[in-house]
Amino acid sequence: MSAFVYDLIGLSAGICFILALKGLSSPKSARRGNLIGALGATIATLVIFFYAMPDKNGNATSLPINNLGWILGAMAIGTLIGVPAAKKVQMTQMPQLVALFNGVGGGAAALVAIVEYLNLGTDATTAEVIATVFTVVVGCVSFSGSIITFMKLQEIMTTRPVVFPGGRFVIAGTLVAVLGVSGWVVTALGTTPLLILAALSLLFGILFVLPVGGADVPIVISLLNAFTGLTVAASGYVLDSTLLIIAGTLVGASGTILTRMMADAMGRSLFGTLFGAFTAKPQEASGAAEERPVRSGSPDDVAILLNYARRVVIVPGFGLAVAQAQHTVRELADLLIAKGIDVAYGIHPVAGRMPGHMNVLLAEANVPYEQLAEMDEVNPTFGQTDVAIVIGANDVVNPAAETTPGCPIYGMPILQVSNAANVIFLKRSMRPGFAGIENELLYDPKTMLLFGDAKASLTKVVSALKGL
Amino acid sequence: MEPIAIISIFVLAVFVGFEVVSKVSSTLHTPLMSGANAIHGVILVGAIIVASHSETNLELGLSVAAIILATINMIGGFVVTDRMLEMFKGKKKEAK
Repeated sequence: MSAFVYDLIGLSAGICFILALKGLSSPKSARRGNLIGALGATIATLVIFFYAMPDKNGNATSLPINNLGWILGAMAIGTLIGVPAAKKVQMTQMPQLVALFNGVGGGAAALVAIVEYLNLGTDATTAEVIATVFTVVVGCVSFSGSIITFMKLQEIMTTRPVVFPGGRFVIAGTLVAVLGVSGWVVTALGTTPLLILAALSLLFGILFVLPVGGADVPIVISLLNAFTGLTVAASGYVLDSTLLIIAGTLVGASGTILTRMMADAMGRSLFGTLFGAFTAKPQEASGAAEERPVRSGSPDDVAILLNYARRVVIVPGFGLAVAQAQHTVRELADLLIAKGIDVAYGIHPVAGRMPGHMNVLLAEANVPYEQLAEMDEVNPTFGQTDVAIVIGANDVVNPAAETTPGCPIYGMPILQVSNAANVIFLKRSMRPGFAGIENELLYDPKTMLLFGDAKASLTKVVSALKGL
Repeated sequence: MEPIAIISIFVLAVFVGFEVVSKVSSTLHTPLMSGANAIHGVILVGAIIVASHSETNLELGLSVAAIILATINMIGGFVVTDRMLEMFKGKKKEAK
């Protein structure tokens, strides 16, 4: 295969990626878009095995490519790890998995850059070394940062911002060290400085993500995703692969836009997300707050309230998914509709742990699409709503986002359930939500709390309703 | 490759990247992020290239690790995105 044909095939793979992203932006074409992306990736990977790559002196090498057994074996191992992980993961754990996949991609880019650096040795041009340094730094940051986001989402570690005394100086110091060692690698070529650089970058990735609070984690995942894209583009430059430049840049650019859109949906400035933890500290619920009276009800009370409602809005949150109550909530909605009650689901853009996550979770339970209302649609209707049932959600209905400047979610648009005539919270306990903030609405006189596992509570409400 | 060619490719790809996702609804943010994530798994191509011209055991070892990680990223990413979107599709049909 000539270099020209090889490049043409690479270009077609690049076009596949563009079409994939385009397709993924619209619900109708999303699945086809993803398959086109997979096709592009398959083409790009297969063609490598049939192209006699020029070596570093420009002479064509012979086919089959060297180390073929190792390469195929490693791909088999990667497939055996990746496919079962992707097939088995619970929809509730999707954000973690995306973070993890992104992290390994960043790690792979960093390793590729290190190997190519070792291989080129003193033959590398300054521009290539700079691209290598960029890939190693950003790839390592993406890798270790993603691992930390994974641990936060999996709740292996605390979801609250981790802020330690002098933390900002440690972070700033590490950043300065990373930049200093980068300069060292560029001027004095050597393996040792590059490995030190990799280690420092890994450390920086950890320090960078630790102070980020739970609610902002999705934004960080998206940002790291864009970062990894850029490292792939830089690797493409070093390896002289147009395809990698195109694919990496596409992901870098679209990822940046996506990060911004997410930040907007959450009412967060990107800067505030990344550096807010330097100043803001999570407000702990005071002991006195927990002593305040709340009105808790029984499943029968809830059923009666629902039975006499004309319009009910269901606000599902992550707690619903954790309890695997998607199917039960659908049963409840069907029952209410059968009684002639107007039912809608109010979906906050960041309900769940990631923008759009709740739509995925409800889709899993076959909730009809037309019942899902986006925040902007549903908010003006709360005034005519008799009952709002908040199931396992907290932060997305917390009025503090509108009333308490300085709280971690201040400025985030919320579902204004407090405008409904009655609010029912299905909660496991009085524990605050993922962002770790107290919710005043829980103490409101028109709020009724039904404590317990969301699925168990809903099942009881459903049977009580049937008995009415 | 000519530097200007590389810069042109880069700049044009930035614009295309901005353009294609500029109007996506928040419903699709999760699958889109996951799909874009899978696309950067194409670093697998780079990992295979460096593995094929690895000369020392260190180079080979690191590139084998890179291939494993990149394959997880790419194949796992596309499979999981498809799983998510499959459910969306079923729902769309029901709606019509």
